[in-house]
Amino acid sequence: MNKITYGLILGGILGIFDGLTSWFTPAVRPQLMGIVLGSTFKGLLAGVLIGIFARKVHSLGLGVLFGLAVGLLFAFFIAYMQRNYYVQIMVPGGLVGLIVGYATQKYGDSSTVSSSQT
Amino acid sequence: MNWLSDEAIARLRSAAAEPDLAGTRYRLIERIGSGGMGSVYLAEDATLGRRVAIKILDVSDSSGDLAARLQREAHILASLEHPGIVPVHDAGTLADGRVFYAMKFVEGERLDRFSERESTLPGRLRIFQRICDTVAFAHTRGVLHRDLKPENIMTGSFGEVLVMDWGVAKILRANWISTPAEATQDQARETSAGGGLAADSSRTALKTAHGAVLGTPGYMAPEQARGDVEHLDERADIYSLGAILQFLISASAHGTQTAPRALTAIARKAMDAEPGGRYASASELGQDIARYLDGLSVLAYPENALQKVARWAARYRLAIVLVLTYLVVRALLIFWFRR
Repeated sequence: MNKITYGLILGGILGIFDGLTSWFTPAVRPQLMGIVLGSTFKGLLAGVLIGIFARKVHSLGLGVLFGLAVGLLFAFFIAYMQRNYYVQIMVPGGLVGLIVGYATQKYGDSSTVSSSQT
Repeated sequence: MNWLSDEAIARLRSAAAEPDLAGTRYRLIERIGSGGMGSVYLAEDATLGRRVAIKILDVSDSSGDLAARLQREAHILASLEHPGIVPVHDAGTLADGRVFYAMKFVEGERLDRFSERESTLPGRLRIFQRICDTVAFAHTRGVLHRDLKPENIMTGSFGEVLVMDWGVAKILRANWISTPAEATQDQARETSAGGGLAADSSRTALKTAHGAVLGTPGYMAPEQARGDVEHLDERADIYSLGAILQFLISASAHGTQTAPRALTAIARKAMDAEPGGRYASASELGQDIARYLDGLSVLAYPENALQKVARWAARYRLAIVLVLTYLVVRALLIFWFRR
């Protein structure tokens, strides 16, 4: 499995999970489906970006840092749209980005098959 | 009468033993080692302006057996073109009648000395994998080393791993590439015999007699130690590889590390007293080491469920810590904002 697919799948799964935890906040429970869909989309997009970065840059430190930054940025946009829940959304969002950043650097195939022979 | 001092006699002996390289393109620099049938000298190739190692027969050989064995070693090395086998540049006979062959001069150190310096187990195992690759290659060419031990492995300054000293190698099958002269002889022999080349080294009339023991105690397979030459196959080398692995995992830098069970099991399987109990090939042994290095289960060590979980957790420990941290933070946030 290549790093982009790996990031996409992991970002998607953690995004779904991240969205589902909003069930524990009674005030937003009626919008649970929308939150889960939005969170999944955010996770997928962040996963692809982090996966592309991992394929280009082979550095665990930079990968984790990039993942954290992307996760925080996307989570900030979501929180900004809601004008509320900055901590509840940004802290887990940043952690999801960090985990995906670490995983895509550590695991997944980065090589692309090419041949110079003609 | 004046008697010569011991020192003078030693100097005379050394001068007499020194090979005469006159008429060759090589200039002798110094003696760098010696083996059972010859010495290895560092020399300069005047034509190409590079340093080479020259192995020269250093004892009188009235029967010609040793000379033939040295030539055979050169032919085997020349036929085994592999990064893990030292390349032969030239072979011939010196003015004093001694047979020689010139090969690449390897700058590095023997595996036994290298392992004292290389303290990490993965580092030593990666070297071992390279040895397995080389031996597996020789086996596919029908050549059995028969004297694998740390002293016969060289590690170069730039990561090279070379399997040396093929002097007692056995040719298992007739699929190794011979010299044109030998090929003609083989063809003639095959025609007169009505087909079927004899295995082993019949082409050089150097077939090791049944009952003859060649190898090094501690690294020699039991069947080899018994002199059961007729029935030796690749699994004799696999036993020696197991003994080398045992050496590498026990030779920790400070003698304080405990050998992992899976690795000990790999070495034990490779060193099984019965050839049938060993790995089927050197590649299979190398692959089991690769599986160990990748944190996967190895063929030689069946694990119970608990050991599987422990290995999986060790392999993904940082990922597990990150996910657990995420879950804890998530739970804390939920708890905090619900108060």
